[in-house]
Amino acid sequence: MTQNLLKLRVQNLHKTFTLHGRGGIELPVFQDVSFDVASGECVALVGSSGSGKSTLLRSLYANYLPSSGKILINHHGNWVDIASVEARTKLEIRRETIGYVSQFLRVIPRISSIDLVAEVAIAGGSPSEKAMEAAVGLLRRLNLPEHLWNVPPATFSGGEQQRVNIAMGLVRPYSILLLDEPTASLDAVNREAAIELILEAKKQGAAIVVICHDEIARDRLADRLFDVSQFKAAA
Amino acid sequence: MNSRAFHSVDGTYNFAYLDEQTKRMIRRTLLKAIAVPGYQVPFGGREMPMAYGWGTGGIQITASIIGRDDTLKVIDQGADDTTNAVSIRRFFRRVAGVQTTEETSKATLIQTRHRIPEKQLTEKQILVYQVPQPEPLWKLEPREVETRKLHAYSEYGLMHVKLYEDISRHGEIITTYDYPVEVNARHIMSPSPIPKFDNPKMAMMPALQLFGAGREKRIYAIPPYTRVRSLDFDDHPFKPQRFDKPCALCGAEEVFLDEVILDDKGDHMFVCSDSDHCRERRAAGHTGSRASDAADMGFVPTEGLN
Amino acid sequence: MNALLEAQSVGHSYAGGQLGCEDVSFRLYPGEVLGVVGESGSGKSTLLGCLSGMIEPSQGSVRFDAGGQGLRDVFSLSEPERRLLMRTDWGIVRQNPRDGLRMNVSAGGNVGERLMAVGARNYTEIRGEALDWLTRVEIPSGRIDDLPRTFSGGMQQRVQIARILVSKPRLVFMDEPTGGLDVSVQARLLDLLRGLVRDLGVAAVVVTHDLAVVRLLSDRLMVMRQGRVVESGLTDQVLDDPQHPYSQLLVSSVLQA
Repeated sequence: MTQNLLKLRVQNLHKTFTLHGRGGIELPVFQDVSFDVASGECVALVGSSGSGKSTLLRSLYANYLPSSGKILINHHGNWVDIASVEARTKLEIRRETIGYVSQFLRVIPRISSIDLVAEVAIAGGSPSEKAMEAAVGLLRRLNLPEHLWNVPPATFSGGEQQRVNIAMGLVRPYSILLLDEPTASLDAVNREAAIELILEAKKQGAAIVVICHDEIARDRLADRLFDVSQFKAAA
Repeated sequence: MNSRAFHSVDGTYNFAYLDEQTKRMIRRTLLKAIAVPGYQVPFGGREMPMAYGWGTGGIQITASIIGRDDTLKVIDQGADDTTNAVSIRRFFRRVAGVQTTEETSKATLIQTRHRIPEKQLTEKQILVYQVPQPEPLWKLEPREVETRKLHAYSEYGLMHVKLYEDISRHGEIITTYDYPVEVNARHIMSPSPIPKFDNPKMAMMPALQLFGAGREKRIYAIPPYTRVRSLDFDDHPFKPQRFDKPCALCGAEEVFLDEVILDDKGDHMFVCSDSDHCRERRAAGHTGSRASDAADMGFVPTEGLN
Repeated sequence: MNALLEAQSVGHSYAGGQLGCEDVSFRLYPGEVLGVVGESGSGKSTLLGCLSGMIEPSQGSVRFDAGGQGLRDVFSLSEPERRLLMRTDWGIVRQNPRDGLRMNVSAGGNVGERLMAVGARNYTEIRGEALDWLTRVEIPSGRIDDLPRTFSGGMQQRVQIARILVSKPRLVFMDEPTGGLDVSVQARLLDLLRGLVRDLGVAAVVVTHDLAVVRLLSDRLMVMRQGRVVESGLTDQVLDDPQHPYSQLLVSSVLQA
């Protein structure tokens, strides 16, 4: 039943970067992008390098500002355009509705891995013991060695950082998940663990948009592909 | 009124030194100060023929309110025979021709530096304090504009910071002189550098209390029978000073004592700081443990010394 | 949820016509942290002055919800009301701790002052609370009776923060809170501030020229230039995808660590 429930609607999205410091050079990325993602559905963004997959994903998280178009988020049953709504609502949507796993770990420095994960849950309203339990469970399933839990991830290997990242994105039952290369730099065992977790979230109804060059993972996760390069704007 | 009435005894100065306009100005200031107990009223302080720090504020008040019928007593640290007291008394005898006395009960006007007489004052008496620094908050808040606002808005937390500092450093409030008081449940006031021993005497005193600061040009007052409360904490209440022995000369207890060094071998004794009180008690036959030494050591009644 | 602080077209010109800031509007909600960045002379300090009741703006209004009574114009409050606000609901963390501390009063006395200012008269309780707050800002308890001048700059800044937070303010203004501190000390202070802001749910306006400070502390960001807000939005959006030429210049001028 929830299968058909739409969670995310992208309508006529357009993004151009204007570099004022370079005499106002315009770098068009994509134009007129439209697609929907329903609950329990996973859409993989594909396209050649530079086609704007990451830019699109970041726009969905309101990290980038679209030049025009709408990004409608089903936020507690209401459609909210995250591209134009006021900042505090964007923050609320991030806290309660959208989880984001970026390709690079960019976190608050000097905070231990386990606290980073637990804090996400606490910010979403979990009591701290529950949040800690959830964080422990996730890091364990992702095989992050226990002696690293109390260490800030700054010195971790790429794969270890990525697992902290995934845990942060999945620790809350978000209804929308945006995943940018979630399995890159993971070995086979850990990749499998990550895929399992993402599939569980999907099964629980999350609408997922993923960028994933790893075809094995992509095939396991995605229900359909969405080619961003077809929306390439003329320079 | 004939012009003679305004002249000093020797005809050189106006009666009581200050001109009549100045006296009127100071009296207006006094009325305002009495109307708002504990509030520091600025006034146009005059240059006096003595240096700041020698009681110019108190002298200007005394000069403004003294009349020919008044009897003046001047004390410095409780004693009538110290330099400051002697010279101020001599000054008013010369410029006002008034009676002076060392006996607290005979005085109508008492100018004081650093003490309140031991004998209970009456409604017929006025006590004038010499004040070196009228602002109780000055050590903590150097900006005068700000301290005036603190008074105006009753923002007195800062005063307790000082008491807090005492307790945290020394285990108790060690301020023993110039211990701040709250007057009439409103203004915080410096009682001038009297020992905190004297603080309780200020409360509900039948006599009018006037305070003059010459350098800072401020006058403030406590009308008769006014509530005066020494500041404290709930769990560190104000403790009046006590002495564990009586005056060595007159045997008085519950009075403020001064330590007197007797020789270069460390011999010392504690005697009444209020010299008149001590003299009166000895005249009435009270004796302390070293009363017999008193005459030898020059602790004789000083009436007539000047 | 109702706004805690609201600026409406706030502008201020100094005597002589020099522009401080112009047409600044925003709403700050409980628990939100707003960063204000810009170069020296961009008007961010003037704006902070207007917001915190220190400078009466020549245009517009600043309204604050004191004690859930609805928004009231800060400058229509009487002076004693405004001063009460400043030592209860508000706190101002100054760049130089010397401006925010009483240097001749012990650390404990500094922290206890705000309690005594609102009528606390029990020494034991005041001291207990001062000790608790000094501990929370990581000042060793043995130093409670030391004067701030015997402390390092970073410690002084932490005492200043304890002194403000002890009154459980709902809004804290910070003026270059990490300015003048060593980098490692800055980091520690930022971690502390971040934790306190989050744990206590206080709202804050943080003025700084250091983008790393706002990246870490603030949810939202305003970029100021020549007295005006040229861009505002989510902190990470403004820093990662700046729109205005000046914001782009500001972001691109920072070396990636």
